[in-house]
Amino acid sequence: MKNEVKIHEVDRSLNNRRSFLKLSGLALAGAGLVIAGCSNNDDNDPAPEDTSLPGVRNGIFDLGSGDFGVLTYAYALEQLEADFYTKVVNSSNFNSTFNDIERQVLTDLYHHEVIHRDFFKAALSGALPNPSAQLLPTLAFNYGALNFNSRTDVLATAKALEDTGVAAYNGAGKLIKSADYLLLAGKIVSVEARHASAIRSLINPNSSDFAGDDVINTSTGLDVAKDPSKILPIAGGFITTKFTAKYLP
Amino acid sequence: MNILKFIETFTDDSLMRSTGSRRDSFNQFGNIGKTLAIAAIPFGLSTFANKALAKDITATPATPIGALQFALTLEYLENEFYAMALDSGVIPASENGGRDLKVFQQIAAHESDHVKFLIAGLGGTMSANFVAKPTFDFTVGGAFDPFGDYPTFLALAQAFEDTGVRAYKGQAANLISAPDLLTAALQIHSVEARHASEVRRLRGLKGWISNDERGAGMPTATQAVYNGEGVTVQAGFNTAASFGAAAGSEAYDEPLTTQQVVDIANLFIV
Repeated sequence: MKNEVKIHEVDRSLNNRRSFLKLSGLALAGAGLVIAGCSNNDDNDPAPEDTSLPGVRNGIFDLGSGDFGVLTYAYALEQLEADFYTKVVNSSNFNSTFNDIERQVLTDLYHHEVIHRDFFKAALSGALPNPSAQLLPTLAFNYGALNFNSRTDVLATAKALEDTGVAAYNGAGKLIKSADYLLLAGKIVSVEARHASAIRSLINPNSSDFAGDDVINTSTGLDVAKDPSKILPIAGGFITTKFTAKYLP
Repeated sequence: MNILKFIETFTDDSLMRSTGSRRDSFNQFGNIGKTLAIAAIPFGLSTFANKALAKDITATPATPIGALQFALTLEYLENEFYAMALDSGVIPASENGGRDLKVFQQIAAHESDHVKFLIAGLGGTMSANFVAKPTFDFTVGGAFDPFGDYPTFLALAQAFEDTGVRAYKGQAANLISAPDLLTAALQIHSVEARHASEVRRLRGLKGWISNDERGAGMPTATQAVYNGEGVTVQAGFNTAASFGAAAGSEAYDEPLTTQQVVDIANLFIV
């Protein structure tokens, strides 16, 4: 069973890489990060590189793999959550759109997610060998038609982001090699789950949605866990800065 | 029994000197507890775990199997607690739009699933790794009445869920060598956190833990569940810098060691 899973993961990452190589020409056209690109791999037979480190490869930022890759992945997701709630609490009708309890919850989530984002930035800046080249840049976001003065829109998006955060951390835990980093991720993921529960409870208070059957498996009682390759297309819907995750499953 | 009396039972310092059984100690309390100043002597649940009780659980080894065995014992506790509560009728069925009953039916279903899942993960009931369900006494020798007094039930539910979150977190390092088990434990861990958030909000609290506060209406004895939650430095980063200590501590849940959780759980095991 375990071997099958591993083989599957290898196949998938190869497929992802092929897809990336096919698509990279398109990505280059629109990516803001292209100007930071380097051309180390112009040779037909490039030297082996350390894929564990985040950084620009072939003109686009890649999250890398291993502990730094996972932490950088988490940093990207926390940037998204922090940006979203910053826009929520600063929207022009925040005080009239939400009641007291909802404003308290959303303001707390704004605080927590900004703290998470700033924590990852500080932690990665301190731990990466060359943070000036390896720290994920500040990402840009676009929420499309989302109306920040709509209670329904904001709470639905918050629910999606928090559930996604839980699934992302649950799926990434096994990729972490350092017990210290694993514990830090564990300290954060339970807070994301507390958030998801609270938001779901605001949307549908007289129900079991806080830990609903749509997220908790009804025979095992397990929450959702997803690999980065399943999470990034969801989060990527809001992130306009292009980056890749070629070396994460 | 009301919450105030519950608090008194845990602030009776004569219990610390008692040489009798725990049940005897609580009976003694009935005579003298009311004369003691409430919360004059703050101490935690761990005090009681030092009593010589043959059936107390002990800390499991710091191995993947040990972590699962430990988790199963905690899930036994939660599962039986909610099953007994639902049987007792202590949870109001119609108040609050029926919300409370729906919430605890859902939580009970998850805890039952977790017990079955962990037993299967340990190889089934015939496996050498299987651990049997201890005998629980959620009244702690008749000192309080979670199945007759709804606020007491709610307070214990909050304590158990917040303990569960911290307990699973404390086992993560023991599972790092077993990725599939680690993932499953994380998937249970986040469910406990969803439960904790909802139970806290049912009690009128925030879904997250501010500093190391146990929250309004929580008995003094439950402080052991919250000690150490007020951390505001994470890997050298000051989480209190931007929005203050409460927000900084809320943004991170802290682990409990196996022994800390064992000390809490043993209060309810006879």
